[in-house]
Amino acid sequence: MRQRSLIAITAALAAGALTLTACGSRDSGDKKDSGDGGGTTVVIGVDAPLTGDLSAMGLGIKNSADLAAKNANKQNLVKGVTFKTEALDDQAQPSAGQQNASKFVSEKEVLGVVGPLNSSVAESMQKVFDDAKLVQVSPANTGPALTQGQDWQTKKVRGYKSYFRTATTDAIQGPFAAQYVFNEAKKKKVFVIDDKKTYGSGLAATFTDEFKKLGGKVVGTEHINPDAKDFSAVATKVKNSGAQVVYYGGEYPQAGPLSKQIKAAGAKIPLVGGDGIKDDTFMKLAGSEATGDLATSVGAPVEDLPSAKQFVADYKAGGYKEEYSAYGGYAYDSAWAIIEAVKKVVDDNGGKLPDDARAKITEAMQGVSFDGVTGKVSFDEFGDATNKQLTVYAVKNGAWVPVKSGTYSG
Amino acid sequence: MNELPQQLVNGLLLGSMYGLVAIGYTMVYGIVQLINFAHGEIFMTGAFGALTVWLWLPGGTSMWLALPLMIVGAIIVAVAIAVGAERFAYRPLRTAPRLAPLITAIGLSLALQQAVWAWYPEAKSARTFPQIPGGPFEIGNVTIQTGDIFLVLAAPISMAILAYFVMKTRTGRGMQATAQDPDTAKLMGVNTDRIIVIAFALGAAFAAVGAVAYGLKYGEINFRMGFILGLKAFTAAVLGGIGNIYGAMIGGVVLGVAETLATAYIADIPGMDKFGSQSWADVWAFVLLILVLLFRPQGLLGERVADRA
Repeated sequence: MRQRSLIAITAALAAGALTLTACGSRDSGDKKDSGDGGGTTVVIGVDAPLTGDLSAMGLGIKNSADLAAKNANKQNLVKGVTFKTEALDDQAQPSAGQQNASKFVSEKEVLGVVGPLNSSVAESMQKVFDDAKLVQVSPANTGPALTQGQDWQTKKVRGYKSYFRTATTDAIQGPFAAQYVFNEAKKKKVFVIDDKKTYGSGLAATFTDEFKKLGGKVVGTEHINPDAKDFSAVATKVKNSGAQVVYYGGEYPQAGPLSKQIKAAGAKIPLVGGDGIKDDTFMKLAGSEATGDLATSVGAPVEDLPSAKQFVADYKAGGYKEEYSAYGGYAYDSAWAIIEAVKKVVDDNGGKLPDDARAKITEAMQGVSFDGVTGKVSFDEFGDATNKQLTVYAVKNGAWVPVKSGTYSG
Repeated sequence: MNELPQQLVNGLLLGSMYGLVAIGYTMVYGIVQLINFAHGEIFMTGAFGALTVWLWLPGGTSMWLALPLMIVGAIIVAVAIAVGAERFAYRPLRTAPRLAPLITAIGLSLALQQAVWAWYPEAKSARTFPQIPGGPFEIGNVTIQTGDIFLVLAAPISMAILAYFVMKTRTGRGMQATAQDPDTAKLMGVNTDRIIVIAFALGAAFAAVGAVAYGLKYGEINFRMGFILGLKAFTAAVLGGIGNIYGAMIGGVVLGVAETLATAYIADIPGMDKFGSQSWADVWAFVLLILVLLFRPQGLLGERVADRA
């Protein structure tokens, strides 16, 4: 008997170890900043997954936000204010994200936060930031519920006044992909797979609705476990379903192997996904057979926009080790939006940061409007980006190549 | 089209990999009653050992030439770390209460993960693993990927070698004796310290073979790959009867097939479509584990060391 209880203890310990890996929070005090004009340092917090599977995107966000702060300093955009970034790693986990949020709130120099990458992480942070009136601008969250409330399909209610994003929502991205797949790629039978996370399942649902509305047929659905690596059982199901295309709601660490294993199982059909799979790591994971796989991503291709040329050049000159990845441009714009809001608050207060800088900056964010890397940056009444452009990318010769840009209209 | 044969093959392949890793859990447990939670990470370091060899080899080296070297590299790295762990982390705690080495194992597991994350070049996200060239094999309507051929061959061969070693060699019999009763074995002249080191080393070697199979099968490795797989392999070891090396392999195969079939067929049962997707496969695998342990607490094949429990 001793040994069975040992196994039970071990299992409990293993579970404990899982939750303990991301520990160490700090007390959150709701302190207000009291800058005195000359030589104030304003810290822009960055929260993103800097390690683990999604770190390629996370590090791109961190570097791009850092670049925005450096550029603002170089231009001396806000007199007497030096911008700095402080990046924390959320490991794509809501619990870690919330701890990071508390940490940012407790540091009085932090007047705005860029991030996170994952919608599920954002859910855990929103209230912490909103209570502290600390503004948060996400470059990558696409879950509609974050800005428009749980019942966004019937009644839109903005939950948190401090939350903004420069990314487009799944409510637009999913249907946009469905229209492309049905009308342009002429695929009528789809197999829908998601990873059950906030982002993936939301995207899969909006895609499915639009695809059915257009007259397409969903020949199968599957939910995968994001921790798994073996999708052979799912791949065999896809093959036998007779689907012409697979839609995957999720991110590239799973999408890559999934695409590879579906093709290996004998179903030579394209995999279509959202912005979460549009990273170069996808090709590394999916292998040579990924050619023809599609991804939608928010905005026009960063490399093609004249406004983005400068960003790409600056990024290269900045000597960052990692790629700016899918959200680099949006992260830059998110950080720049915070900088613009700080500028407005400082200008309105006679060149000084007011005592309630956080609340003022959150208010000012609503009115921010400028020409950013990704186009015009401004926010609607829910905190969503007003720029609703999307682009379809295809894998060609091991790279994402833009095939069609457009705006989704109803 | 009937997909059952394909799904069974999918499950068998997945299960063989669980089995290769499970052998390490079961051997160490059988001899020192320690659940070596760092074993999943030893598996992971084996994969990085193989990758290191591949990166050292000049570009364009044939995979058939590289593969044996990679296996040797994987085994060297994994065995070195396992033996080092035994010598410096577990041996000083041999007489300590059982929870002490267990906590040590968990700590070691985290330490190894973080060490690879921090010091292996570009290991902060997934690294690609070389692939065996060539298309898949088709047998009837069953497809076997080229990357899986290694697993198909390696799993039974490893198992046969292990069985021969444990049953026929002097050291193997010493191992059995130590498992049955370490004190008496010592009195009979068996060097138990050496036997324990060999158990760790053998387990690590099989994990290294499994790690190469993992890399070839999925085409990528990362610093966290050992955690989930280690947990699954531990489950397989318990399912088969912990302490029993054949049980580890059987347990692995049963677990792999159960997961695969749950993904493929549970959704077809009327009213169960919500519980059938792959994200539920683990749940069904553990339901199976609970059922087996309810009716056969000693696992499918039973423990070789049941009298000591």
